[in-house]
Amino acid sequence: MDSEATPVKAEITLRVNGAEHRLDVDTRASLLDVLREDLGLTGSKKGCDHGQCGACTILVGGRRVNACLALAVAHDGAEIVTVEGLAEDGRLSPVQEAFIEHDGFQCGYCTPGQLCSATGMLDEAERGWPSAASEDLRVDPVLDDDEIRERMSGNLCRCGAYMGIVAAVREAAARREAAEA
Amino acid sequence: MRPFAYERATSAEDALRRHAEGAAYLGGGTNLVDLMRLGVELPSRLVDVTHLPYDQIQLDPNGGLLIGAAVSNSDLAADRTVREGHPVLAQAVLAGASGQIRNVATVGGNLLQRTRCSYFQDAAKPCNKRNPGSGCPAIEGEHHNLAILGHSEACVATHPSDMAVALAALDASVHVRGHAGERVVPIEDFYRLPGDAPERDTTLEPGDLVTAVEVPPLGMPSRYRKVRERASFAFALVSIAVALRVDGGVVRDVRLALGGVAHKPWRARRAEEALRGNPVTEEFFLRAAEAELEAAEPLRDNAYKVTLARNLIVRTLAELGEGT
Repeated sequence: MDSEATPVKAEITLRVNGAEHRLDVDTRASLLDVLREDLGLTGSKKGCDHGQCGACTILVGGRRVNACLALAVAHDGAEIVTVEGLAEDGRLSPVQEAFIEHDGFQCGYCTPGQLCSATGMLDEAERGWPSAASEDLRVDPVLDDDEIRERMSGNLCRCGAYMGIVAAVREAAARREAAEA
Repeated sequence: MRPFAYERATSAEDALRRHAEGAAYLGGGTNLVDLMRLGVELPSRLVDVTHLPYDQIQLDPNGGLLIGAAVSNSDLAADRTVREGHPVLAQAVLAGASGQIRNVATVGGNLLQRTRCSYFQDAAKPCNKRNPGSGCPAIEGEHHNLAILGHSEACVATHPSDMAVALAALDASVHVRGHAGERVVPIEDFYRLPGDAPERDTTLEPGDLVTAVEVPPLGMPSRYRKVRERASFAFALVSIAVALRVDGGVVRDVRLALGGVAHKPWRARRAEEALRGNPVTEEFFLRAAEAELEAAEPLRDNAYKVTLARNLIVRTLAELGEGT
Protein backbone atom coordinates (compact mmCIF):
# COMPACT_ATOMS: atom_id res chain seq x y z
CA MET A 1 0.00 0.00 0.00
CA ASP A 2 1.39 3.34 -0.99
CA SER A 3 -0.45 5.63 1.39
CA GLU A 4 2.07 8.41 0.77
CA ALA A 5 0.82 8.84 -2.76
CA THR A 6 -2.87 9.00 -1.93
CA PRO A 7 -4.07 12.60 -1.83
CA VAL A 8 -6.57 13.65 0.83
CA LYS A 9 -9.47 15.70 -0.49
CA ALA A 10 -11.72 18.17 1.30
CA GLU A 11 -14.70 20.23 0.23
CA ILE A 12 -14.54 23.97 0.86
CA THR A 13 -16.35 27.14 -0.14
CA LEU A 14 -14.49 30.27 -1.15
CA ARG A 15 -15.93 33.65 -2.03
CA VAL A 16 -13.57 35.11 -4.62
CA ASN A 17 -14.04 38.62 -6.02
CA GLY A 18 -17.68 38.44 -5.01
CA ALA A 19 -18.48 35.02 -6.52
CA GLU A 20 -19.00 31.89 -4.45
CA HIS A 21 -17.19 28.68 -5.42
CA ARG A 22 -17.63 25.19 -4.00
CA LEU A 23 -14.43 23.27 -4.49
CA ASP A 24 -13.04 19.82 -3.85
CA VAL A 25 -9.41 20.50 -2.97
CA ASP A 26 -6.32 18.46 -2.17
CA THR A 27 -5.44 19.34 1.45
CA ARG A 28 -1.94 20.19 0.23
CA ALA A 29 -3.18 22.86 -2.19
CA SER A 30 -2.41 26.48 -1.32
CA LEU A 31 -4.91 29.24 -1.99
CA LEU A 32 -2.54 30.26 -4.78
CA ASP A 33 -2.80 26.82 -6.41
CA VAL A 34 -6.59 26.81 -6.14
CA LEU A 35 -6.96 30.35 -7.52
CA ARG A 36 -4.68 29.65 -10.47
CA GLU A 37 -5.40 26.01 -11.27
CA ASP A 38 -9.03 25.49 -10.24
CA LEU A 39 -10.50 28.95 -10.76
CA GLY A 40 -8.32 30.12 -13.66
CA LEU A 41 -7.42 33.33 -11.86
CA THR A 42 -3.81 33.51 -12.99
CA GLY A 43 -3.25 37.13 -11.96
CA SER A 44 -1.74 36.04 -8.65
CA LYS A 45 1.76 34.81 -9.43
CA LYS A 46 3.87 31.98 -8.06
CA GLY A 47 7.29 33.57 -7.57
CA CYS A 48 9.17 31.84 -4.77
CA ASP A 49 6.36 29.70 -3.24
CA HIS A 50 7.96 30.35 0.19
CA GLY A 51 6.39 33.65 1.29
CA GLN A 52 9.54 35.59 0.48
CA CYS A 53 8.70 37.49 -2.70
CA GLY A 54 5.07 38.62 -2.33
CA ALA A 55 4.08 37.97 -5.97
CA CYS A 56 1.16 35.86 -4.71
CA THR A 57 -0.25 38.53 -2.36
CA ILE A 58 -4.06 38.54 -2.17
CA LEU A 59 -6.58 39.96 0.30
CA VAL A 60 -8.23 37.48 2.66
CA GLY A 61 -10.95 39.00 4.82
CA GLY A 62 -9.56 42.39 3.75
CA ARG A 63 -6.03 41.61 4.91
CA ARG A 64 -3.05 41.10 2.63
CA VAL A 65 -1.54 37.64 2.87
CA ASN A 66 0.83 35.38 0.92
CA ALA A 67 -1.47 32.99 -0.94
CA CYS A 68 1.40 30.51 -1.37
CA LEU A 69 1.64 29.84 2.38
CA ALA A 70 -2.12 29.65 2.95
CA LEU A 71 -3.56 26.14 2.86
CA ALA A 72 -6.85 26.34 0.96
CA VAL A 73 -8.43 23.73 3.23
CA ALA A 74 -7.83 26.01 6.24
CA HIS A 75 -9.73 28.85 4.51
CA ASP A 76 -13.19 27.34 4.15
CA GLY A 77 -15.66 30.24 3.96
CA ALA A 78 -13.00 32.90 3.34
CA GLU A 79 -13.71 36.15 1.49
CA ILE A 80 -10.93 36.66 -1.04
CA VAL A 81 -10.00 39.50 -3.37
CA THR A 82 -7.36 38.96 -6.04
CA VAL A 83 -5.87 41.43 -8.52
CA GLU A 84 -8.74 40.51 -10.87
CA GLY A 85 -11.17 41.91 -8.29
CA LEU A 86 -9.53 45.27 -7.54
CA ALA A 87 -11.30 47.15 -10.35
CA GLU A 88 -14.91 48.11 -9.75
CA ASP A 89 -17.50 48.41 -12.53
CA GLY A 90 -14.76 48.33 -15.15
CA ARG A 91 -12.85 51.16 -13.48
CA LEU A 92 -9.32 50.53 -12.25
CA SER A 93 -8.77 51.10 -8.54
CA PRO A 94 -6.84 54.21 -7.44
CA VAL A 95 -3.82 52.00 -6.67
CA GLN A 96 -3.93 50.46 -10.16
CA GLU A 97 -4.25 53.87 -11.81
CA ALA A 98 -1.34 55.23 -9.80
CA PHE A 99 0.90 52.29 -10.83
CA ILE A 100 0.22 53.09 -14.50
CA GLU A 101 0.75 56.80 -14.00
CA HIS A 102 4.09 56.33 -12.21
CA ASP A 103 5.48 53.34 -14.16
CA GLY A 104 5.34 51.14 -11.09
CA PHE A 105 6.45 48.08 -13.07
CA GLN A 106 8.60 46.82 -15.89
CA CYS A 107 8.03 43.12 -16.66
CA GLY A 108 4.84 43.06 -14.60
CA TYR A 109 5.33 39.73 -12.87
CA CYS A 110 5.35 41.15 -9.34
CA THR A 111 2.67 43.74 -10.12
CA PRO A 112 -0.49 41.83 -9.08
CA GLY A 113 1.12 41.16 -5.71
CA GLN A 114 2.33 44.76 -5.42
CA LEU A 115 -1.20 46.04 -6.19
CA CYS A 116 -2.93 43.79 -3.65
CA SER A 117 -0.23 44.44 -1.06
CA ALA A 118 -0.46 48.24 -1.51
CA THR A 119 -4.25 48.05 -1.27
CA GLY A 120 -4.09 46.12 2.00
CA MET A 121 -1.25 48.28 3.31
CA LEU A 122 -3.19 51.52 2.78
CA ASP A 123 -6.04 50.08 4.87
CA GLU A 124 -3.56 49.14 7.60
CA ALA A 125 -2.10 52.65 7.63
CA GLU A 126 -5.61 54.13 7.74
CA ARG A 127 -6.31 52.08 10.85
CA GLY A 128 -3.22 53.66 12.43
CA TRP A 129 -1.05 50.55 12.37
CA PRO A 130 2.63 51.34 12.97
CA SER A 131 5.62 49.83 11.14
CA ALA A 132 9.30 49.28 11.86
CA ALA A 133 9.88 52.71 10.28
CA SER A 134 7.61 54.46 12.79
CA GLU A 135 9.71 56.44 15.26
CA ASP A 136 7.08 56.96 17.97
CA LEU A 137 4.58 54.14 18.33
CA ARG A 138 2.22 56.26 20.43
CA VAL A 139 1.16 58.41 17.49
CA ASP A 140 -0.46 57.35 14.24
CA PRO A 141 2.13 57.11 11.48
CA VAL A 142 2.33 59.40 8.46
CA LEU A 143 3.01 57.52 5.21
CA ASP A 144 6.27 59.07 4.06
CA ASP A 145 8.59 57.27 1.63
CA ASP A 146 10.46 55.44 4.41
CA GLU A 147 7.17 54.13 5.77
CA ILE A 148 6.04 53.03 2.30
CA ARG A 149 9.33 51.21 1.60
CA GLU A 150 9.22 49.42 4.95
CA ARG A 151 5.56 48.45 4.63
CA MET A 152 6.05 47.16 1.07
CA SER A 153 9.19 45.15 1.91
CA GLY A 154 7.30 41.87 1.54
CA ASN A 155 7.05 42.51 -2.22
CA LEU A 156 10.18 42.10 -4.28
CA CYS A 157 10.60 43.53 -7.80
CA ARG A 158 13.48 41.93 -9.68
CA CYS A 159 13.29 44.62 -12.37
CA GLY A 160 13.94 47.20 -9.67
CA ALA A 161 10.91 49.38 -10.38
CA TYR A 162 10.90 50.46 -6.76
CA MET A 163 11.15 54.19 -7.53
CA GLY A 164 7.93 54.03 -9.51
CA ILE A 165 6.27 51.72 -7.00
CA VAL A 166 6.96 54.05 -4.08
CA ALA A 167 5.75 57.03 -6.13
CA ALA A 168 2.58 55.15 -7.09
CA VAL A 169 1.80 54.13 -3.53
CA ARG A 170 2.48 57.67 -2.31
CA GLU A 171 0.04 58.98 -4.95
CA ALA A 172 -2.62 56.39 -4.07
CA ALA A 173 -2.30 57.27 -0.38
CA ALA A 174 -2.66 60.99 -1.15
CA ARG A 175 -5.72 60.39 -3.35
CA ARG A 176 -7.33 58.29 -0.66
CA GLU A 177 -6.71 61.01 1.91
CA ALA A 178 -8.11 63.67 -0.43
CA ALA A 179 -11.20 61.54 -1.09
CA GLU A 180 -11.88 61.35 2.62
CA ALA A 181 -11.23 65.01 3.41
CA MET B 1 4.49 17.58 -0.07
CA ARG B 2 3.26 14.47 1.67
CA PRO B 3 -0.56 14.09 1.79
CA PHE B 4 -2.13 14.91 5.14
CA ALA B 5 -5.53 15.00 6.79
CA TYR B 6 -6.81 18.38 7.97
CA GLU B 7 -9.00 18.88 11.03
CA ARG B 8 -10.16 21.82 13.12
CA ALA B 9 -9.87 21.62 16.90
CA THR B 10 -13.11 22.43 18.70
CA SER B 11 -11.50 22.91 22.13
CA ALA B 12 -8.11 22.65 23.83
CA GLU B 13 -8.98 19.14 25.05
CA ASP B 14 -9.98 18.19 21.53
CA ALA B 15 -6.69 19.56 20.18
CA LEU B 16 -4.68 17.60 22.76
CA ARG B 17 -6.61 14.41 22.00
CA ARG B 18 -6.00 14.76 18.25
CA HIS B 19 -2.33 15.51 18.88
CA ALA B 20 -2.05 12.34 20.97
CA GLU B 21 -3.45 10.47 17.97
CA GLY B 22 -0.63 11.82 15.80
CA ALA B 23 -1.78 15.21 14.51
CA ALA B 24 0.54 18.23 14.42
CA TYR B 25 -0.74 21.66 15.50
CA LEU B 26 -1.32 24.19 12.72
CA GLY B 27 -1.38 27.91 13.54
CA GLY B 28 -1.03 30.55 10.84
CA GLY B 29 1.16 28.11 8.91
CA THR B 30 3.68 30.68 7.69
CA ASN B 31 6.56 28.54 8.96
CA LEU B 32 5.03 25.04 9.13
CA VAL B 33 3.59 25.03 5.59
CA ASP B 34 6.93 26.19 4.25
CA LEU B 35 8.78 23.46 6.19
CA MET B 36 6.31 20.88 4.84
CA ARG B 37 6.97 22.09 1.32
CA LEU B 38 10.72 21.80 1.97
CA GLY B 39 10.26 18.26 3.25
CA VAL B 40 11.58 19.22 6.69
CA GLU B 41 8.25 18.54 8.41
CA LEU B 42 6.23 15.53 7.29
CA PRO B 43 2.98 15.44 9.27
CA SER B 44 0.30 13.03 8.08
CA ARG B 45 -2.37 14.90 9.98
CA LEU B 46 -2.82 18.58 10.92
CA VAL B 47 -5.11 19.97 13.59
CA ASP B 48 -5.89 23.66 13.10
CA VAL B 49 -5.85 25.47 16.45
CA THR B 50 -6.45 29.00 15.14
CA HIS B 51 -10.20 28.82 15.82
CA LEU B 52 -9.77 28.22 19.54
CA PRO B 53 -10.73 31.19 21.74
CA TYR B 54 -7.20 32.51 22.24
CA ASP B 55 -7.53 35.58 20.04
CA GLN B 56 -7.75 38.38 22.61
CA ILE B 57 -5.28 40.72 24.32
CA GLN B 58 -6.34 41.34 27.92
CA LEU B 59 -4.98 44.19 30.01
CA ASP B 60 -4.83 43.86 33.77
CA PRO B 61 -5.30 46.95 36.00
CA ASN B 62 -1.57 47.10 36.80
CA GLY B 63 -0.58 47.33 33.14
CA GLY B 64 0.26 43.68 32.57
CA LEU B 65 -0.85 41.86 29.43
CA LEU B 66 -2.29 38.45 28.68
CA ILE B 67 -1.86 37.87 24.96
CA GLY B 68 -3.79 34.97 23.42
CA ALA B 69 -1.69 32.53 21.41
CA ALA B 70 -3.89 32.96 18.32
CA VAL B 71 -3.53 36.76 18.21
CA SER B 72 -1.89 37.70 14.92
CA ASN B 73 1.50 39.39 14.97
CA SER B 74 -0.11 42.41 13.24
CA ASP B 75 -2.83 42.79 15.83
CA LEU B 76 -0.31 42.53 18.65
CA ALA B 77 1.94 45.22 17.19
CA ALA B 78 -1.01 47.51 16.37
CA ASP B 79 -2.55 47.26 19.84
CA ARG B 80 -2.57 50.72 21.46
CA THR B 81 -1.97 49.35 24.95
CA VAL B 82 1.05 47.38 23.81
CA ARG B 83 2.45 50.35 21.88
CA GLU B 84 2.01 52.59 24.93
CA GLY B 85 3.11 50.32 27.77
CA HIS B 86 5.46 47.82 26.12
CA PRO B 87 6.88 49.55 23.02
CA VAL B 88 9.83 47.13 22.91
CA LEU B 89 7.36 44.31 22.23
CA ALA B 90 5.53 46.14 19.43
CA GLN B 91 8.87 47.18 17.89
CA ALA B 92 10.22 43.63 18.02
CA VAL B 93 7.14 42.21 16.31
CA LEU B 94 7.28 44.91 13.64
CA ALA B 95 10.97 44.15 13.05
CA GLY B 96 10.08 40.60 12.03
CA ALA B 97 8.88 39.20 8.69
CA SER B 98 6.70 41.22 6.28
CA GLY B 99 3.26 42.82 6.50
CA GLN B 100 1.70 39.84 4.74
CA ILE B 101 3.27 37.30 7.09
CA ARG B 102 2.52 39.29 10.25
CA ASN B 103 -1.15 39.38 9.24
CA VAL B 104 -1.30 35.58 9.42
CA ALA B 105 1.42 34.47 11.85
CA THR B 106 0.22 33.94 15.41
CA VAL B 107 1.87 34.71 18.73
CA GLY B 108 2.08 31.00 19.57
CA GLY B 109 3.55 30.21 16.17
CA ASN B 110 6.04 33.03 16.46
CA LEU B 111 7.34 31.50 19.72
CA LEU B 112 7.58 28.04 18.17
CA GLN B 113 9.00 28.89 14.73
CA ARG B 114 12.08 26.87 13.80
CA THR B 115 15.59 28.07 13.10
CA ARG B 116 16.40 29.41 9.63
CA CYS B 117 19.83 27.69 9.65
CA SER B 118 20.22 26.74 5.99
CA TYR B 119 21.23 23.15 6.83
CA PHE B 120 18.12 22.64 8.97
CA GLN B 121 15.98 23.83 6.05
CA ASP B 122 17.71 21.59 3.50
CA ALA B 123 16.31 18.07 3.92
CA ALA B 124 19.16 16.66 1.79
CA LYS B 125 21.80 17.73 4.33
CA PRO B 126 22.72 16.27 7.71
CA CYS B 127 21.40 18.26 10.70
CA ASN B 128 21.24 17.20 14.34
CA LYS B 129 18.18 19.36 14.91
CA ARG B 130 16.20 17.81 12.07
CA ASN B 131 17.73 14.34 12.15
CA PRO B 132 19.41 13.70 15.54
CA GLY B 133 22.82 12.10 15.28
CA SER B 134 23.34 12.96 11.61
CA GLY B 135 25.89 15.69 12.33
CA CYS B 136 26.19 19.47 12.02
CA PRO B 137 27.67 20.70 8.73
CA ALA B 138 27.21 24.32 9.83
CA ILE B 139 30.15 24.14 12.26
CA GLU B 140 32.61 23.80 9.37
CA GLY B 141 30.31 25.27 6.71
CA GLU B 142 28.10 28.31 6.25
CA HIS B 143 27.66 29.77 9.71
CA HIS B 144 28.27 33.49 9.43
CA ASN B 145 24.72 34.14 10.69
CA LEU B 146 24.71 31.51 13.46
CA ALA B 147 25.41 31.38 17.20
CA ILE B 148 28.23 32.92 19.23
CA LEU B 149 26.86 32.09 22.68
CA GLY B 150 25.69 28.86 24.32
CA HIS B 151 26.12 26.63 21.27
CA SER B 152 27.31 23.03 21.40
CA GLU B 153 29.21 20.60 19.22
CA ALA B 154 25.84 19.28 18.10
CA CYS B 155 24.25 22.56 17.01
CA VAL B 156 25.12 26.20 16.34
CA ALA B 157 21.66 27.34 15.22
CA THR B 158 20.04 30.56 16.40
CA HIS B 159 16.44 31.17 17.38
CA PRO B 160 14.82 33.35 14.71
CA SER B 161 12.09 35.17 16.67
CA ASP B 162 12.33 38.89 17.34
CA MET B 163 9.22 38.86 19.54
CA ALA B 164 10.73 36.26 21.87
CA VAL B 165 13.77 38.49 22.47
CA ALA B 166 11.50 41.27 23.70
CA LEU B 167 9.55 38.76 25.80
CA ALA B 168 12.81 37.57 27.39
CA ALA B 169 13.65 41.14 28.41
CA LEU B 170 10.12 41.64 29.70
CA ASP B 171 10.19 38.61 32.02
CA ALA B 172 7.21 37.17 30.18
CA SER B 173 5.85 33.70 30.79
CA VAL B 174 4.08 31.22 28.55
CA HIS B 175 0.71 29.66 29.41
CA VAL B 176 0.71 26.02 28.38
CA ARG B 177 -2.10 23.50 28.27
CA GLY B 178 -0.78 19.94 28.54
CA HIS B 179 -2.05 16.46 29.31
CA ALA B 180 -1.48 17.15 33.02
CA GLY B 181 -3.43 20.42 32.95
CA GLU B 182 -2.41 24.06 32.69
CA ARG B 183 0.90 25.54 33.73
CA VAL B 184 2.81 28.80 33.40
CA VAL B 185 6.41 28.62 32.19
CA PRO B 186 8.79 31.61 32.56
CA ILE B 187 10.24 32.40 29.14
CA GLU B 188 13.77 31.64 30.36
CA ASP B 189 12.68 28.10 31.19
CA PHE B 190 10.67 27.81 27.97
CA TYR B 191 13.60 27.90 25.55
CA ARG B 192 16.69 25.76 25.95
CA LEU B 193 20.29 25.64 24.77
CA PRO B 194 21.08 22.88 22.27
CA GLY B 195 23.44 20.73 24.37
CA ASP B 196 23.29 17.20 22.99
CA ALA B 197 19.56 17.40 22.15
CA PRO B 198 19.23 20.23 19.59
CA GLU B 199 16.07 18.61 18.19
CA ARG B 200 14.31 20.23 21.14
CA ASP B 201 13.95 24.01 20.81
CA THR B 202 11.86 24.30 23.97
CA THR B 203 11.08 22.46 27.18
CA LEU B 204 7.54 21.71 25.97
CA GLU B 205 6.33 18.12 26.25
CA PRO B 206 4.64 16.36 23.31
CA GLY B 207 1.09 17.65 22.92
CA ASP B 208 1.62 20.81 24.96
CA LEU B 209 -0.46 23.63 23.52
CA VAL B 210 0.62 27.25 24.02
CA THR B 211 -2.52 29.22 24.91
CA ALA B 212 -1.22 32.66 25.92
CA VAL B 213 1.77 34.82 26.79
CA GLU B 214 1.71 36.78 30.03
CA VAL B 215 3.70 40.02 30.17
CA PRO B 216 4.10 41.83 33.50
CA PRO B 217 3.81 45.63 33.65
CA LEU B 218 6.99 47.43 32.58
CA GLY B 219 6.86 51.08 33.62
CA MET B 220 10.16 52.17 32.11
CA PRO B 221 11.38 53.22 28.67
CA SER B 222 12.20 50.35 26.32
CA ARG B 223 13.46 49.79 22.82
CA TYR B 224 14.17 47.07 20.25
CA ARG B 225 16.92 47.37 17.67
CA LYS B 226 17.85 44.90 14.98
CA VAL B 227 20.84 44.63 12.66
CA ARG B 228 20.37 42.57 9.51
CA GLU B 229 21.78 42.16 6.02
CA ARG B 230 19.13 44.32 4.38
CA ALA B 231 16.97 47.10 5.78
CA SER B 232 13.77 45.07 6.09
CA PHE B 233 12.28 41.54 5.89
CA ALA B 234 15.39 39.65 7.02
CA PHE B 235 16.34 37.73 10.14
CA ALA B 236 18.57 39.32 12.75
CA LEU B 237 22.34 39.08 12.67
CA VAL B 238 22.14 40.59 16.13
CA SER B 239 19.19 42.24 17.82
CA ILE B 240 18.60 43.72 21.24
CA ALA B 241 15.69 44.41 23.55
CA VAL B 242 16.39 46.88 26.35
CA ALA B 243 14.34 48.46 29.12
CA LEU B 244 16.07 51.07 31.25
CA ARG B 245 15.11 53.08 34.32
CA VAL B 246 17.47 55.94 35.16
CA ASP B 247 17.30 58.17 38.21
CA GLY B 248 19.82 60.91 39.03
CA GLY B 249 22.16 59.74 36.29
CA VAL B 250 22.28 56.23 37.73
CA VAL B 251 20.82 52.98 36.36
CA ARG B 252 18.07 51.92 38.77
CA ASP B 253 16.69 49.05 36.73
CA VAL B 254 17.61 47.45 33.44
CA ARG B 255 16.55 44.47 31.34
CA LEU B 256 18.56 43.37 28.38
CA ALA B 257 18.18 40.49 25.93
CA LEU B 258 19.98 39.66 22.69
CA GLY B 259 18.64 37.95 19.56
CA GLY B 260 20.46 36.27 16.70
CA VAL B 261 23.30 35.12 18.93
CA ALA B 262 22.12 31.85 20.48
CA HIS B 263 19.77 28.88 20.35
CA LYS B 264 17.40 30.91 22.50
CA PRO B 265 16.71 34.57 23.23
CA TRP B 266 19.76 35.50 25.31
CA ARG B 267 18.91 37.29 28.54
CA ALA B 268 22.04 39.32 29.33
CA ARG B 269 22.07 39.04 33.12
CA ARG B 270 25.78 39.75 33.45
CA ALA B 271 25.40 43.00 31.55
CA GLU B 272 22.41 43.93 33.68
CA GLU B 273 24.38 43.28 36.84
CA ALA B 274 27.26 45.42 35.58
CA LEU B 275 24.87 48.29 34.86
CA ARG B 276 22.67 48.33 37.95
CA GLY B 277 23.58 51.17 40.34
CA ASN B 278 26.23 52.54 38.01
CA PRO B 279 26.36 55.85 36.12
CA VAL B 280 24.67 56.18 32.75
CA THR B 281 27.89 56.62 30.78
CA GLU B 282 29.34 54.97 27.73
CA GLU B 283 32.21 53.66 29.82
CA PHE B 284 29.83 51.58 31.93
CA PHE B 285 27.77 50.53 28.91
CA LEU B 286 30.95 49.17 27.36
CA ARG B 287 31.92 47.36 30.56
CA ALA B 288 28.48 45.79 30.70
CA ALA B 289 28.69 44.64 27.08
CA GLU B 290 32.11 43.14 27.66
CA ALA B 291 30.97 41.40 30.84
CA GLU B 292 28.25 39.66 28.86
CA LEU B 293 30.27 38.88 25.76
CA GLU B 294 33.23 37.44 27.65
CA ALA B 295 31.46 34.10 27.33
CA ALA B 296 31.18 34.39 23.53
CA GLU B 297 32.76 31.59 21.48
CA PRO B 298 32.50 32.76 17.91
CA LEU B 299 32.85 30.33 15.03
CA ARG B 300 35.31 30.77 12.14
CA ASP B 301 33.12 33.26 10.25
CA ASN B 302 31.00 35.02 12.84
CA ALA B 303 33.38 36.81 15.20
CA TYR B 304 31.98 40.04 13.76
CA LYS B 305 28.83 39.31 15.76
CA VAL B 306 30.71 39.84 19.02
CA THR B 307 31.69 43.35 17.93
CA LEU B 308 28.22 43.96 16.54
CA ALA B 309 26.55 42.85 19.78
CA ARG B 310 28.91 45.01 21.83
CA ASN B 311 28.25 48.10 19.72
CA LEU B 312 24.51 47.46 19.69
CA ILE B 313 24.40 47.17 23.48
CA VAL B 314 26.37 50.40 23.95
CA ARG B 315 24.44 52.37 21.35
CA THR B 316 20.97 51.25 22.41
CA LEU B 317 21.67 51.93 26.08
CA ALA B 318 23.00 55.37 25.13
CA GLU B 319 19.87 56.15 23.10
CA LEU B 320 17.57 55.04 25.87
CA GLY B 321 19.67 56.78 28.54
CA GLU B 322 19.53 60.07 26.64
CA GLY B 323 15.77 60.12 26.66
CA THR B 324 15.51 59.78 30.43
